[in-house]
Amino acid sequence: MTKVNVKDVFIVADNVYSPVGNTTALNFVRLKENSSGVKKHADTAMSPLPFYASLFGQDAGFKRDGQYTKFEQLLIRSMDDALNQSAIDPGDPKTILIISTTKGNISLLETEKNSPGFKDRVALSTSAQMVADHFKFIQTPIIISNACISGVLAILTGMRLLRAGVYENAVIAGADVISKFILSGFQSFQALSPGVCRPFDEGHDGLNLGEGAGTVILSTDKKYAGGLKVKGGSVSNDANHISGPSRTGQELASAIKNTLQDAGTAAADISFISAHGTGTVYNDEMEAKALAIAGLNNIPLNSLKGYYGHTLGAAGLIETIISAESLRRGLILGTPGFARAPDSYPVGASAAHKQADAINFLKTASGFGGCNAAVIIGK
Amino acid sequence: MAEQNYITAFCKIENGLVNKDGQNLFTHVGDAGSLLVAAYQHFQLNYPKFHKMDRLSKLGWLAAEILLKGSFQKDRYQPEEISVILANASSSLDDDLKYYDSVAEAASPSLFVYTLPNIVIGEICIRNHFKGEQAFFIQGNFQSEFIEQQVAYLLANNCAKCCVCGWVEFLGKEYKAVLFLVENIKMENVPLFSAVNMDKIFNSTGK
Repeated sequence: MTKVNVKDVFIVADNVYSPVGNTTALNFVRLKENSSGVKKHADTAMSPLPFYASLFGQDAGFKRDGQYTKFEQLLIRSMDDALNQSAIDPGDPKTILIISTTKGNISLLETEKNSPGFKDRVALSTSAQMVADHFKFIQTPIIISNACISGVLAILTGMRLLRAGVYENAVIAGADVISKFILSGFQSFQALSPGVCRPFDEGHDGLNLGEGAGTVILSTDKKYAGGLKVKGGSVSNDANHISGPSRTGQELASAIKNTLQDAGTAAADISFISAHGTGTVYNDEMEAKALAIAGLNNIPLNSLKGYYGHTLGAAGLIETIISAESLRRGLILGTPGFARAPDSYPVGASAAHKQADAINFLKTASGFGGCNAAVIIGK
Repeated sequence: MAEQNYITAFCKIENGLVNKDGQNLFTHVGDAGSLLVAAYQHFQLNYPKFHKMDRLSKLGWLAAEILLKGSFQKDRYQPEEISVILANASSSLDDDLKYYDSVAEAASPSLFVYTLPNIVIGEICIRNHFKGEQAFFIQGNFQSEFIEQQVAYLLANNCAKCCVCGWVEFLGKEYKAVLFLVENIKMENVPLFSAVNMDKIFNSTGK
């Protein structure tokens, strides 16, 4: 594969805003202490039965009293912290904002469906523009809504726009809010675990949902050289089923293979894998098969879903940002809920954290619609 | 200098008209939902899964069928080399409203699965066995320059050799699909792949 004018894309700053903590550093410290956002909730307004999820409490102070919804407030809080750490100017025409979400403001359907202007207010371009205006971005924001790969796809879209020289800086923010709409849907699919999820464990029995936001700022400006790099990535489609993953894992494996090639990284140079690892049997099995095809099934692997639940359009961002922090701190986080993999598809998961001189990690994601995405971040 | 890419076919479904490459192939008088079924029958399509799809997927799937029917030589490409890049304004709100109405009685998993805009890409990929790059973007209006840049990147960097791209929108009574087949093949009377040419086709009244 030949590439013209490939530019290094550096990570400038980031933020994770979740029920676990409101900065990347605080999230990482709490994860290190095995503190999880996933709790049992008995909220009959959301679900007739109790459920496990990682949700913000009342103390997080998301009130629908001003102009912004909870979804928009989450994006703003996360972006605010990341932008404050950097000298990136949103008003620079060379800076683009990319928003990632699956359902955005869909919870308005539960409360404001019959209000005038509902359809405009619920539109993702309305939210994205409001957030862009809040920070005084001058470029029209890009919005990605591509199921559970949205966050990884947003990072890849930013990387490609920067490589191509269309922009110099990209502020990439993702968020999703869990409401009755989303919860009832996953319940109808019988996809939720009755307890805390156990990704890749032989007893895995479903996923937990989670809410949160993540922001990563990328730049090709050489003054950020020395930071971690977004080295490469790829996307694929299973062409198999709209709500079930590939039977073989071949298509995720193909995205991983292309990602290694795009990044110019050998499989042996991947220090660990941050898997999608939702904790459903279908997902975990498909991912394990894909990693075996790609020759990566012996490499240390984790799933952060036991800490955050599945944060949907934010998942790819939150999990990439935490994994980047792992590289900086030389600590590969464990997979909460994991004890033993099924004999039929072993992976390199472990419950315990592990110190390691990690150089690169591979992040994968898969979602409804048969989509798969992979990205490599490294030193 | 990057190689030139061409719009080797396009299909437009709007205002009761189905148009391919500038030719009106089918006209329908009636509401948005009945157009989908009437067009499916007119083109003698046979795909039972069509009837299970939400209206956004039906529209996108139909437009892709008509776009690819005839001249497209799929065997020129590997499944991994064919990409689908789509956009719209209202995401999956048309189905979101229907799904949420079902929640009061019993949440419907068959409606819930369509509450993501990229499912239409999945349906097109399943039908045609496309396994390459894919993305769904939300835009207030069709951003032709952005779509051109995204597709051109994929083709220039060997991420794809062929791409189906465009716009698929469905909300209430309003709908519009405009799909472009983009290939690196020069043919007679075929427009160059550019934002300007996509806009011309997108905005033409198509009589």
